[in-house]
Amino acid sequence: MSALIAPSPRVAHAWRVLHEVLDPEVPAISVTDLGIVRDVIEHDDALEVVVTPTYSGCPATEVIEQAISEAIVAAGLGPARVTRRRAPAWTTDWITPEGREKLRAYGIAPPGSCASEATASNVQPIRLMARDVACPRCGSAQTERLSAFGSTACKSLYRCIACREPFEHFKAL
Amino acid sequence: MSTAHAPLPTTASNSAAVPSTTTESIVFQPTAQQAYLMRLGDTCLIHAQRLAEWSGHAPVLEEDIALTNLALDLVGQARALLTHVGAQAGFDEDQLAFLRNERDFRNMTLAELPGRKAGRDFADAVVRNLLLAAWMNVLWAKLESSSDAETAAIAGKAVKESRYHVAHAADWVVRLGDGTDESTRRMRQAVARLWPYTAELFETDAIDAAAAESGLGPLRVALQAEWLAIVEPVFAEAGLEIPAASAFRSTGSRGAHSEHMGYLLAEMQTLQRSFPGGVW
Repeated sequence: MSALIAPSPRVAHAWRVLHEVLDPEVPAISVTDLGIVRDVIEHDDALEVVVTPTYSGCPATEVIEQAISEAIVAAGLGPARVTRRRAPAWTTDWITPEGREKLRAYGIAPPGSCASEATASNVQPIRLMARDVACPRCGSAQTERLSAFGSTACKSLYRCIACREPFEHFKAL
Repeated sequence: MSTAHAPLPTTASNSAAVPSTTTESIVFQPTAQQAYLMRLGDTCLIHAQRLAEWSGHAPVLEEDIALTNLALDLVGQARALLTHVGAQAGFDEDQLAFLRNERDFRNMTLAELPGRKAGRDFADAVVRNLLLAAWMNVLWAKLESSSDAETAAIAGKAVKESRYHVAHAADWVVRLGDGTDESTRRMRQAVARLWPYTAELFETDAIDAAAAESGLGPLRVALQAEWLAIVEPVFAEAGLEIPAASAFRSTGSRGAHSEHMGYLLAEMQTLQRSFPGGVW
């Protein structure tokens, strides 16, 4: 979306509609909070929504695309066409500040910045990586990782040593 | 045994009357460029199939979830590559995955070796995860600058996923390699079994040469130094020795597979071949 040209009412309305379309696997945040909606383009025949998938194998991708299409049509803005844009690859850095706060309120520790992530040349066993994942419930930094993988591809499992609550962490990618 | 069964009719006319319940295989004769991408796509797919066999069988629940999550990423990567190549040849991802014959698969043999049966155990899964994840990580990183925009885009996502796979596999290699006497013994056996298959990861033939020439992707031999730079420190920390090179060469990337591949494909392809065109 260009910052220089004001979007048409139809496109602006579409963005507001998309802001209410929830991620089926993390129903606390919307597809725009997640940062996967990259563009909304008005064509003569349809409204095109450009989506960048999160993980290569995320089983929610097709469901999300369908939900987007249905929401646009239900709002009277259709017909809708959802297209995929692979590059640049989605990163958790695209999750909005509002999205991060919603994750935290939902009990999922939001991801840190990817800038500090390991690169191909300095891969180390995960247990050696220093992780500052604050507990989403009590805010304590005294946490430990229980499992590198969780209920979905995008999450890992942690435990708070201070309040003893287990919680999920949205992995930085 | 009951003796009530009449002998089955075996005449040619009778057997011809029985309708076939299986789907015909597709014949896909790829260009060198397509074959290059299928080698990686098939390696992702077959590796994922082996990892999925651990579902419900891993030693701890967390690792059960981990192995199937790794498989999920790999299936996604395979889908992207098979869809991309198939679109050029008039096939979809399902046809390429489920209707090709064994000789038309081009995965590295290492990916198809048994994971948890036939005398193998969790150590084999752990060692292979590291060897293949490191190889894919180095390859994906180089494919990010592929002359083919779609390949570069697929790589841009996959390289980040493979980084996490390497870290997770390295964690387990160290934990078990530098663990108890029993875990160390099993890890050494797994390394001895699997290491000879790594030579294929760095072979170079006309297909690689064509890819390198066009800028599609690197020669496999160009991956070896960076791959070793990932694997060696992990082995060192785990107290595992890297075996000496041998003359053995596996040939899955050229379509000549191990004796295990047919069984794997029979299981992987049975649904699509029994219910042609079936979709979720």
